[in-house]
Amino acid sequence: MSDITIPTSEHADDHSHDHPAWLAHHFDDAEQQFDSGKLGMWLFLVTEVLFFSGMFVAYALFRSLHPEVFVYASQFLNAKLGAINTGVLLFSSLTMAWAVRAAQLSQQKILVSMLAMTLSCAAMFLGVKAVEYTHKWDLGLLPAGMYITQGVAEPNHGNWLQILCIPAAVFAVIFAGWYLFALVGRNRFQLQIAGPLLVASLCFFAGVQLGVFLESGESHGDAHGSGHGATHGDHHEGAGDHAAHAIIVDHMVATSIPGQAFPSEVFVDPKRVGIDEPEINQRGRAGIFFGIYYMMTGIHAVHILGGMGVITWLIVKAARHEFHSKYFGPVDNVGLYWHLVDFIWIFLFPLLYLIR
Amino acid sequence: MSAVISKPLVAPVESAKEPGNFLTHTSGFLSWALTLDHKRIGLMYLVGVMSSFLLGGVLALVVRAHLFYADGAFLTLKQYNQIFTLHGAVMVFLFIIPSVPAALGNFLLPIMLGAKDVAFPRLNLSSFYLWVGGAIFFLVAMLTTGLDTGWTFYTPYSLETTGPVVLATMGVFILGFSSIFTGLNFIVTINTMRPPGMTWFRMPLLLWAIYSTSIIQVLATPVLGITMLLLMAERFLGIGIFDPKLNGDPVTYQHFFWFYSHPAVYIMILPAMGIISELMSVHSHKGIFGYRMIAYSSVAIALFGFLVWGHHMFTSGMANVTTIVFSALTFTVSIPSAIKVFNWLFTMYKGTVSLTTPMLYALSFMFLFTIGGLTGLPLGALSIDRHFHDTYFVVAHFHYVMMGGTLVAFLGGIFHWWPKMVGKMYNELGGQISAGIVFVGFNLTFLPQFVLGTRGMPRRYATYVPEFEFLHQLSTYGAFLLGIGLFVALGVLINSLFRGKKAPTNPWGGATLEWVCSSPPPHDNFSKPPVVGDPYDFRGLEYDAREGGYVRRK
Amino acid sequence: MRQLFLNLNELVFSLRTVEIMFFLIADQNKTFWFPEQASTFAPEVDWFFLAVTYISLAFFVLIVGFMVYFMYAYRERPGYRGSPEALHNNALEIGWTVVPTIIAVWIFYRGTIGFLDMMTIPADTRDVQVVAKKWAWSFGYPNGVIDNELHLVVNEPAKMIMRSDDVLHSLFVPAFRAKCDVVPGRYATMWFEPTKTGTYDLFCSEYCGDQHSKMGAKVVVHTKEEYDAWFTKMQIPPSDPVEYGKLLYAKTMGCASCHSIDGAKIVGPSFKGTWGGEVALAVGGTVPFDENYVRESVLNPQAKARAGYEKASLMPSYQGRLKEEQISALIAYMKSLKSE
Repeated sequence: MSDITIPTSEHADDHSHDHPAWLAHHFDDAEQQFDSGKLGMWLFLVTEVLFFSGMFVAYALFRSLHPEVFVYASQFLNAKLGAINTGVLLFSSLTMAWAVRAAQLSQQKILVSMLAMTLSCAAMFLGVKAVEYTHKWDLGLLPAGMYITQGVAEPNHGNWLQILCIPAAVFAVIFAGWYLFALVGRNRFQLQIAGPLLVASLCFFAGVQLGVFLESGESHGDAHGSGHGATHGDHHEGAGDHAAHAIIVDHMVATSIPGQAFPSEVFVDPKRVGIDEPEINQRGRAGIFFGIYYMMTGIHAVHILGGMGVITWLIVKAARHEFHSKYFGPVDNVGLYWHLVDFIWIFLFPLLYLIR
Repeated sequence: MSAVISKPLVAPVESAKEPGNFLTHTSGFLSWALTLDHKRIGLMYLVGVMSSFLLGGVLALVVRAHLFYADGAFLTLKQYNQIFTLHGAVMVFLFIIPSVPAALGNFLLPIMLGAKDVAFPRLNLSSFYLWVGGAIFFLVAMLTTGLDTGWTFYTPYSLETTGPVVLATMGVFILGFSSIFTGLNFIVTINTMRPPGMTWFRMPLLLWAIYSTSIIQVLATPVLGITMLLLMAERFLGIGIFDPKLNGDPVTYQHFFWFYSHPAVYIMILPAMGIISELMSVHSHKGIFGYRMIAYSSVAIALFGFLVWGHHMFTSGMANVTTIVFSALTFTVSIPSAIKVFNWLFTMYKGTVSLTTPMLYALSFMFLFTIGGLTGLPLGALSIDRHFHDTYFVVAHFHYVMMGGTLVAFLGGIFHWWPKMVGKMYNELGGQISAGIVFVGFNLTFLPQFVLGTRGMPRRYATYVPEFEFLHQLSTYGAFLLGIGLFVALGVLINSLFRGKKAPTNPWGGATLEWVCSSPPPHDNFSKPPVVGDPYDFRGLEYDAREGGYVRRK
Repeated sequence: MRQLFLNLNELVFSLRTVEIMFFLIADQNKTFWFPEQASTFAPEVDWFFLAVTYISLAFFVLIVGFMVYFMYAYRERPGYRGSPEALHNNALEIGWTVVPTIIAVWIFYRGTIGFLDMMTIPADTRDVQVVAKKWAWSFGYPNGVIDNELHLVVNEPAKMIMRSDDVLHSLFVPAFRAKCDVVPGRYATMWFEPTKTGTYDLFCSEYCGDQHSKMGAKVVVHTKEEYDAWFTKMQIPPSDPVEYGKLLYAKTMGCASCHSIDGAKIVGPSFKGTWGGEVALAVGGTVPFDENYVRESVLNPQAKARAGYEKASLMPSYQGRLKEEQISALIAYMKSLKSE
């Protein structure tokens, strides 16, 4: 008995009635394990809030010192992109909550598909974000150290969006291959994992497409604003429709990736936005706003990436039928994390995009 | 296979006779490297923090040796700056912060609580590896290219210097996560893993102290994380908020930094206070005086500790009102600390005081920490601080608290729980001698520094005006004496591993749960759920010569 | 209630007596604890520190006394058994909470009063423009007079208007018990009133890099007449260009904090024996060390960085800070170094 007690014993497959496999050996019962996990997660969320609070404090400090800078610089942010991303994240919170419910009710299929939806929304969010970022990099709307005074110096154009699309495209190709492989091998378990991953990586391109479309809308001027509003609505409704998007986006990937630049005229022309304030339009002024903007949204995006990682882990476990009405703590906890990430965005959106 | 394993856990009676302890339970490198046992993780931390302390200590001796002469003995100015930076950073981030909570806390917390392990054993192991990873990152960065910003990384110097600021702050960032996860784990363990009968007010005071510490770790360390990240971004991208060249504000950096780093001071001292509560009571063989006051004051210190960071910046040009408010809050922290000292003192009253090695360290702590605490009063007073700020008075003050407080308590704690950890008794006389040398050496090192400070010697100086030379030399002699004392302590401990007698279950007569399980404890701590009583009930504990330790008689 | 008020009054009164007592103890000259008292702040800081120290000492003696007594009285010995009952005593515990609180409040109060005095700048001050840069101080007086020493008039309040050209510094005069950080990107102001003529040390007390410990200066406190004489002298530059160059090098511009004249390498290259020779450049090749090279290096230090001094960026440009005749004077001074 004593010679084989390896410390990782709680990994065992055995479903003993006294101490089932999903209950770690140092816990007395399932309730204690669940409570511990939950408390641990809440504490982790507290640290996350404090982590972001540092940046919120910096924001508050600099906004109160230089309110005019924030008013000026926020006009370079595209509120439509922010709004669409808010919608995407809110929707993903819904699917996440549904996933938790499904786990509690042992509805395994719904669980996997809801997790897949959440993952896809996250990818789409990042797609839109990629358009937003690369557009700003093109214009030289960068943190203070690298900020290019708008309308004066010639910004440095680069194929940033293509570069950001490369990893996603690589993932899409890998997952597509995996999916086909599993389809041929009739491996249900692998299909359950590869499918959602493929859809999610394609949703990134859906996001990119959406972002490019909305961003190009800007260049036609404000007169057409209302007309575009309607178009966004359509796209937003279509956001959950992964299959349809997948086809469009697949096409897009195939045509756009190999070095072909997106036409630059789709982007905002810096000369059309109000740049009549030379006092503010410089490194140490507007640049600080963008420093804060990139830090806040960038770290938020890193949290989205982390969330995508753990959701993928949940999909794998769910595909293995590990969650059921007695053991769903991980789904619940990841759900909490995801709601927090969403919640932080709900603060970021008005604070950064809706200053005017 | 695992059915066999999990069975004994629910039927403890079967395994009651199981031989072996957590050290001999399994063997081989991997059984340690991948262990989830909190006791082994604690011991690995212990080795890690002791190695860091050795490094930091040698650097301290280099600094003191250099300052023997007014023009400096053997280092260039740049080398001196790099070495004091390395000394400070290693001592703070690699030694003091993880010393008591991560090393002793990991070992003791579940046992004292009566639990089988911490709530998240795998998270616990990953905190350890984060610590190792962060430490390697940090040391490699600093040793290869020489960081010279001081451990505080103040901007804008940290933005200009050629040192590896980004790598070092990355290391701090990783170490911060290690600290957060340890704190989180401990809070959850104490909240959810208490066995029946272990109510909040039956917890040993060390656990109250660690609990308060963990709250600070969880609440303050993320702010350090974001500060380090912003600093890295500032260096990489120039986000502008800390860099005056881009209209940023260096004082904002200081606020961010000290919002963590002042509570961090309490991360360092609170667990040490917890250790002293245990040592004073066990070695006086008498219950702790004013249990609730000590428990509440730990929590009070943890909370007030968050509100006083501004006293590091009294001369930085904050608004007068802000400065005054921070001064007032600073004085509030002194009260709970004073309460603790008086309570420890009266724990001895009408007790049976045995002057063992741990007790001598605890009494040293009382002496040194009282000096450290009282010299905080003039520093908190704004008018005096105008003169004392950034002088050797501050250096001496925080060494009395950090070293005379935390280090001495840590050593006392190690001597106290050493028999439990390794199952061997050390040479008592050797331990007592080490305590004596450390005490004398410490005072000789740092008392002259108070006078240097009042006379106006600024800190972080590689060279100084000749009239300070005599006091600096006294301090250097003291430092080497202190070094000898610490090596004697290390020698006594190492010697015990080879020549020590087998330790009894309860060598000191402690009443907390760790003295119920054998020395060293078995793999699962308690083969059957422990009977939880008052942690400071010493009635019936009597010395048994046959056993070599104390046994409880009814 | 009335009784309480009277008691409080008495308490305040007796504290006042104690204050006066300590005020008398604090000596006017250099003591064990403190350097000379040379400003109006010094007596206040000194007596207050001594008061706090003696109160602390009383507590310390009390604690250690009890500790030693308990160690002895309740030591473990054959035939002695302690009684474990004494675990709690409300009166005692409230006592040792309330008494330290009262003392802490008093220390806070006195400290704040003293602090506000230090922060309240009198209306009529003699202003000095202080510039801190790595690693030298420069003090600007009226009429463009610049010196690397701080010259003050005894019994006249002086205000420092300070800025930093690079990193954090802190101006600290121990004899004045005064200190204030100099934060780049904003002005810092402090004031003090010297009470004694003489020469005192001034330190940089905020870590600022390699030469932090060398970033000192002297404070010279004059009588009014001495000050005026000094000030008049400073307004007329020496007619001999070598002398003028030496003055600029050693005092006014603070070149000496980075460039030695004895061959030692401080931060920048030494001036010893370089005139007329060839110097190796960081990018390769050599240039003659002549008038034009010196002029260019002063106005645009990065243009031709010397080998071994690639980070010539450490040196700020003196464009606009040196007049043409001052550059000529510096060149004359460097030439003179060769002939010595």
